[in-house]
Amino acid sequence: MGVEFIYPEFEVIRNTNRCITCRVCERQCANEVHIYDDENKVMLADESKCVNCQRCVSLCPTRALKIVKSDCRLRENANWTDGTIKEIYKQANSGGVLLSSMGNPNSFPVYWDKILINASQVTNPSIDPLREPMETKVFLGKKPSFIERDKKGNLKNNLTPQIELSMPVMFSAMSYGSISYNAHKSLAMAAENLGICYNTGEGGLHEDFYVYGKNTIVQVASGRFGVHEKYLNAGCAIEIKMGQGAKPGIGGHLPGTKIVGDVSRTRMIPEGTDAISPAPHHDIYSIEDLRQLVYSLKEATNYKKPIIVKVAAVHNIAAIASGIARSGADIIAIDGFRGGTGAAPTRIRDNVGIPIELALAACDKRLRDEGIRNNVSLVIGGSIRSSSDVVKAVALGADACYVATAALLALGCHLCRTCQTGKCNWGIATQNPELVKRLNPEIGSKRLINLMTAWKHEIKELMGGMGINSIETLRGNRLMLRGIGINEKELEILGISHAGE
Amino acid sequence: MTTINAKDYDYIDLNNKIRKSEKVCELNNCLGQRFISAGLKNKIITINGTPGNALGAYLNGAEITVNGNAQDAVGDTMNDGKIVIYGNIGDAAGYAMRGGSIYVKGNAGYRAGIHMKEYKEKIPAIVIGGKAGSFLGEYQAGGIIIVLGLENSDEIVGNFPCTGMHGGKMLLRSDCKNVRFPENLSVKAATDKDMEEFDKYISEFCRLFGADKEKIMNSAFTIITPDTKNPYKQMYVMN
Repeated sequence: MGVEFIYPEFEVIRNTNRCITCRVCERQCANEVHIYDDENKVMLADESKCVNCQRCVSLCPTRALKIVKSDCRLRENANWTDGTIKEIYKQANSGGVLLSSMGNPNSFPVYWDKILINASQVTNPSIDPLREPMETKVFLGKKPSFIERDKKGNLKNNLTPQIELSMPVMFSAMSYGSISYNAHKSLAMAAENLGICYNTGEGGLHEDFYVYGKNTIVQVASGRFGVHEKYLNAGCAIEIKMGQGAKPGIGGHLPGTKIVGDVSRTRMIPEGTDAISPAPHHDIYSIEDLRQLVYSLKEATNYKKPIIVKVAAVHNIAAIASGIARSGADIIAIDGFRGGTGAAPTRIRDNVGIPIELALAACDKRLRDEGIRNNVSLVIGGSIRSSSDVVKAVALGADACYVATAALLALGCHLCRTCQTGKCNWGIATQNPELVKRLNPEIGSKRLINLMTAWKHEIKELMGGMGINSIETLRGNRLMLRGIGINEKELEILGISHAGE
Repeated sequence: MTTINAKDYDYIDLNNKIRKSEKVCELNNCLGQRFISAGLKNKIITINGTPGNALGAYLNGAEITVNGNAQDAVGDTMNDGKIVIYGNIGDAAGYAMRGGSIYVKGNAGYRAGIHMKEYKEKIPAIVIGGKAGSFLGEYQAGGIIIVLGLENSDEIVGNFPCTGMHGGKMLLRSDCKNVRFPENLSVKAATDKDMEEFDKYISEFCRLFGADKEKIMNSAFTIITPDTKNPYKQMYVMN
């Protein structure tokens, strides 16, 4: 101990009256917090290793455990908070860039929580989704702006390829490597069952998952890992990843320690080598260049797959979206600054980018103003937490939402935010076979299906309450939204009135 | 053999024609059409003229010969096959290619071989007869890049070669005394044993372009490899 010592953030509270020294906690903790003292026949704990993932708490058969925040605090200071000071200690000790995971945890405004949804009263009767049909299906892709007929007057099919979804939600990109085989399998199985899509992320597609192709979006990122002709044709759409909400403007480094076995084979790089995705695509410096990548992918797949371009929500996002819409992309995916990640530099995650609510409203308006809204679909992500967030997003102009953190929570994630260590006790963000097998894909997929089925029903109820019976009618219907406790400028950007108006 | 007069078609129609052509296919009067033979396998294509950007992107086994120059992004994310250019090529050739080979008689633009990778028996190669522009082999993660610097009196490569290199090998036909490399690389004069590994590529280059192998070999060669495959390991602290 010395100047580099930082007192543990959490304490392990063990009720010795309840503890039966069954040693489940010891076996379950990959961080090796719990130790059995053979001499005194008691369980001990090294709380300095605890990340508060709650695995031991959940599996203790006698509820003898709890993890609490340590009350050993530095002297309170509203400017120099505990966290800020400890980060300085860490950097002074190591000289390293601070690395975090999952979405921005800081207390920035959450606009979803400042928007309220309308309901019908007296006029325009509400609809009971249990009694009347409700349409939650959406199609993503460019919509033709005119009807074409042949010489005989028959309708010509001039529709470009579309993604069909049973509800306006998809599982967003998480690479095989950042999450486990069983996590990917759970997402793929659930997506197939639900009639929605999951996204491979940039780590390639494991050979076992080609069977889920119809419900798979394959991603092409700057590292181009696992990208080849068969992969491009395997899914129902191709996503070009330009950016990610948690780390706009920078690339990704999957450490060599996670490039093992199947991950190495799927990414097509040797075991143990770092998988480096450069910050930019080095062949894209302009919208024209983006257009080139979009069309090279269309050519390689013979115009059978819609192309998604995913960007992080940043300043001037509306102009960027307008450019993407003109690049030939079929779908624009925008990821807000609260989006999750397996690892991102803390400073970037917590300070770069803008809230998705503002980005979405700005992009939808811009594309409408320019008369090109129907050339593209808009998919948004970056902390969609519930069905009401989905409904608000659709009313602000989204065609569909990407969810990832919510999906991981359904799989057992307890948001301890230490994915970057690769020791996920819930078998999600790890490649350790002993940990991976803790996540059963049958159970995982069932829980995802449960969550989405519940959301779908809630979406129908919220729509029914407004007297709306299809997503198509809700999309961009900002009259259904009101702001609460936000200023004129925020209302103007969101394009909504204040509650009471 | 199918012969196509490319003059009559834009890239969409031209690529459709190529997809439907016989195995051996010749394009005449090619002028700037992009994405030619993207993702194709089982074709042998000869192009007379100048193909546009992204020639042979995602190429999956087809063989392409260009009697002329090629533009940017030749062999982007190429998986297998062969591209032979009897001229110069533009920027970002062989971006992220993971298999097959590209032979260029003349010079290459910026960022040739950026982020090339390899996996087991799939080792891609780019052989450039002339000189290469700046950022050669940036982020190189695997594969082989050879620059011969024939008929060039000035520097064989531009600025900042091998930035972020963490795999693969680069061979430059020069003593590289005037070339500045970044840290974390091993830069050595190639030994006879090293040269054995590259022999098949140099021999193939000579066969294709009728170059004098003896003359080529009678020169200093420098071999560049990374000395760590985890360049960012020490950069982070868990927070």
